[in-house]
Amino acid sequence: MVQILEKQQPTSPIIQLNEQSTVMESKGFNLWYGEHHALKDINLAMNENEVTAIIGPSGCGKSTYIKALNRMVELVPIVRTNGEVNYRGRNIFEKGYEVEELRTKVGMVFQKPNPFPKSIYDNIAYGPRIHGIKNKKILDEIVEKSLCGAAIWDEVKDRLNQNAYGLSGGQQQRICIARCLAIEPDVILMDEPTSALDPISTLKVEELVQEMKENYSIVIVTHNMQQAARISDKTAFFLNGEVIEFDQTDTIFSTPSDQRTEDYISGRFG
Amino acid sequence: MTSKQQESSPVQQMIAKSRNRKGKKVIEKIIPIGLFLAASISVLTTFGIVFTLIFETVEFFTRVSITDYLFGKEWLPFSGKEPLYGILPLILGTFKVTLIAILVAVPFGLGAAIYLSEYASERVRKTIKPVLEVLAGVPTIVYGFFALTFVTPILQAIIPSLKIFNAVSPGIVVGIMVLPMIASMSEDAMSSVPKSIREGALGLGATKLEVSLKVVLPAALSGIIASIVLAVSRAIGETMIVSLAGGSTPRFDFGVTDSIQTMTAYIVQVTTGDAGYGTTIYYSIYAVGFTLFIFTLVMNLLATYISKRFREEY
Repeated sequence: MVQILEKQQPTSPIIQLNEQSTVMESKGFNLWYGEHHALKDINLAMNENEVTAIIGPSGCGKSTYIKALNRMVELVPIVRTNGEVNYRGRNIFEKGYEVEELRTKVGMVFQKPNPFPKSIYDNIAYGPRIHGIKNKKILDEIVEKSLCGAAIWDEVKDRLNQNAYGLSGGQQQRICIARCLAIEPDVILMDEPTSALDPISTLKVEELVQEMKENYSIVIVTHNMQQAARISDKTAFFLNGEVIEFDQTDTIFSTPSDQRTEDYISGRFG
Repeated sequence: MTSKQQESSPVQQMIAKSRNRKGKKVIEKIIPIGLFLAASISVLTTFGIVFTLIFETVEFFTRVSITDYLFGKEWLPFSGKEPLYGILPLILGTFKVTLIAILVAVPFGLGAAIYLSEYASERVRKTIKPVLEVLAGVPTIVYGFFALTFVTPILQAIIPSLKIFNAVSPGIVVGIMVLPMIASMSEDAMSSVPKSIREGALGLGATKLEVSLKVVLPAALSGIIASIVLAVSRAIGETMIVSLAGGSTPRFDFGVTDSIQTMTAYIVQVTTGDAGYGTTIYYSIYAVGFTLFIFTLVMNLLATYISKRFREEY
């Protein structure tokens, strides 16, 4: 069922900025934490093989939104939603949509590096293993490919059996990216992936994001506007739970159409 | 602020006055000595106990050969003319009860820990954990007659060949006694695994069970093993339950339906009886006590070692 849907080209995206096909889109999506209306009528479309950045001041709902895209937000028990978030044309909040299935397609890299307290090898092999891949040879290949994909293979190839916690923060974050790549998702969500990293590690992760969009669609939340300008194709500006503006990154940073966007990117608030 | 201004500042003057008070300095010196004494008492008591044990044990071994003691298969101290002091039947009794206890306590204790840490809502957890801790506070004598008057009759209905005194019933009840310890300590170990690690696994499409068993459980393993080892140590040293429900027949076999005797139960039997001071029987309880002490000491050291050695860093 899901595989059939994957092959279909969605035909009616809400905000279609160019000819590329939409991977994820939200239509009239609302989210509440208890009584607090955290996301208000979000309409956004994320394209294949593009980097979509979400920027905005603290508390604007950008992290909440990205966590809604793989339903991690549901770990908070008081969350309610309505409206749609479609992945390849199917509403992920629809009854009967298996959240585990969704998360194998829509992977996530978190704000703080969170490797498992296991060896580097076992960290990467964890995803494939829980999804039934047991063959040692195949696992070896996956581990190497994923670590290469996350540009950390050369640094760790001689110590795959060591605990991932022995690595630096920047290396740990790239291990987490590799762990995410190991199950070859379709979309990768990155929730402020460099906020806990030093500038050099940040640069490495940014370069990596640029390379990864060849094969993946990426949504990245960042509080760093320069980062959004450097690495993204599209940028959405969130404020108080609303999308104020969504456009080509160049446009947002050169000629934003909304005054609030301009105020934010020029550093007047936030 | 310059130093002159400092000196004339009224607050600084008051502070200086207070600092220079004589009493304060004396107190600063005396209190740590008092605290040191408080800490020493427990250490000294331990040494005292160990020395007494060793002293009387040495006396025992002047009367009974140490090889007969360690390898003898018969424990017959009361058999008038030719008493036999082979510790193995007592060790075997202790071993049977401990094994049954652990077979009961580990699956249920770990199950409870996983449920409380990973599945239970905050409200359920806040209700069940204190109940578990109350269970840990029930006097063991109560567990003892619970075993004898409640568990044994039920078991006899299921296993007709079961004697009134046996190893199964006290084994199960000792298991129930140490269960809260395993559950509570393992739950602590699992709860302290950071939430971000669980999220990492959930983000890869792992189910809740996969997260619990393949991420949280291994990450908390050192705490869990330590809790089990401590539970074993408690089970080895448990006295009242086995005295009441286990019987007093030292037996060198692996059956569990007959009356047994554990090391602790033997000590109770002698000390509540009328063995005279200075008799070999009197000294034998020290030897048995010392053996018991070695067992629990090794277990406790093992628990400390494991929780240090296998601590997962996160």
